[in-house]
Amino acid sequence: MASFQSLSDAISGLVHDGDTVALEGFTHLIPFAAGHEIIRQGRRNLTLIRMTPDLIYDQMIGCGCARKLVFSWGGNPGVGSLYRLRDAVENGWPNALEIEEHSHAAMANAYAAGAAGMPSAFFRGYRGTALPEVNARIRFIDCPFTGETLACVAAHRPDVAIIHAQRADRKGNVLIEGIVGVQKEAVLAAKRSLVTVEEIVDDLAAGSPNSVVLPSWTVTAIAVAPEGARPSYAHGYYSRDNSFYVAWDGIAKDRESFGRWMRENVLR
Amino acid sequence: MNYTATEMMTIAAARALANHDVCFVGIGLPSAACNLARATHAPGVTLVYESGTIEAKPAVLPLSIGDGELCETALATVSVPEMFRYWLQGGRISVGFLSGAQVDRYGNLNSTVIGPYGRPKVRLPGAGGATEIATSCGRIFMIMRHGARAMVQKLDFLTTLGHGPTGQERRRLGITTAGPVLLVTDLCIMEPERETNELVVTALHEGVMREQVAQNTGWGVRFANQVRETEPPSPLELHALRELNARTARAHAGGTA
Repeated sequence: MASFQSLSDAISGLVHDGDTVALEGFTHLIPFAAGHEIIRQGRRNLTLIRMTPDLIYDQMIGCGCARKLVFSWGGNPGVGSLYRLRDAVENGWPNALEIEEHSHAAMANAYAAGAAGMPSAFFRGYRGTALPEVNARIRFIDCPFTGETLACVAAHRPDVAIIHAQRADRKGNVLIEGIVGVQKEAVLAAKRSLVTVEEIVDDLAAGSPNSVVLPSWTVTAIAVAPEGARPSYAHGYYSRDNSFYVAWDGIAKDRESFGRWMRENVLR
Repeated sequence: MNYTATEMMTIAAARALANHDVCFVGIGLPSAACNLARATHAPGVTLVYESGTIEAKPAVLPLSIGDGELCETALATVSVPEMFRYWLQGGRISVGFLSGAQVDRYGNLNSTVIGPYGRPKVRLPGAGGATEIATSCGRIFMIMRHGARAMVQKLDFLTTLGHGPTGQERRRLGITTAGPVLLVTDLCIMEPERETNELVVTALHEGVMREQVAQNTGWGVRFANQVRETEPPSPLELHALRELNARTARAHAGGTA
């Protein structure tokens, strides 16, 4: 059964230096509050998995939390670069960052394989691209029935998955609505999981019997973090702060203004 | 002329979409073209975004691929693994609309790095959905600004397969989809030549000279035997595009999406 904890206790109990951690949420429901707590607690040498690193991994990388990044699209959506990610890859600042680069289809399949308890995933992908030349973890296998050559990647099995959701009930069952991304797969693929939620309610009020619900017994810890996805958004609660995503371009461009913003807004 | 080169590019790209198309939409220029098509000649075009939103009908252009606007207006929203496995890999999408930092004469795209991979001069965002969009969708449309640094003789990295390094690799790899059939830029329209699959200029936008295209293309660009002039934007197309952009600007200012 999920245990209700403070965000600070949950991070210190679940996320250790050197862990492989996946903070998921596809544009929507990105767990910013949890990422900020990881930064405040000074975690180091993390392997960070995420399809779209987004601003949260830009911040964690810029603050020196990461040793390695596993990803498929590392930009600021609709705006441009993630400058802290670029600085780490191009200049090794604040530390060298190993990258393992995939396509979205591969990442989605790798999470689904992890959730299904499989060692790997195969799919029709990576044909004609140079990515397998720079990522030794992209392999190919032949279908035993048709002979078709298919791409194969190892399943994602993070030590910890962290997601943000709209709400949990008092038993610790979690509801996720809207763009649901790969959050369910990430939680089910991970050894441990933390779900931050907007609120705890008596009744989940799921919209349909097919709503995405993570039963309490699939989640390690739940922490209440109102507005914990900002500047990303929570469907039904608040909108994406697109103007902040645009502003981040200027903030993150140089090391000094990035450091000042982090000190004033996250590390205080 | 009462319109900009970017407006011409977006409008020319929008015209390529038909009402019956099911289109996998990239963010930025492709999204503008697709939504313009929906607002003008192709009200029934089906737009699918990789965030899982099927039949999205956004009133304003999303800044990201997963803005709330997409989910709120979609017929259905599925998970990202389902989107890539059942809908894209399953062959349900007729057109993929892509862009990139570099394109070569065979429509191959680079969105990974400028410079060597291990020591990049510029680290670009990476593949995202493009590698599988390019091989799973029935056809590929591309939209990019013309420039010698974007239209290159040799890609720094082959992220997304067009017709392959020699123009012939799709068949060799057993890929049955058509690949790039159209590249719209702010200067012209290019289409692959039969047999060679090399992108050649088939239409010049109003007022654009051949020399201008040649100077802004990093390979020795060739022209089709018959080069048309792109039909200039109609008042209706211009009005619809400007309304869409104005609504989008208002929506994205001040933190309300």
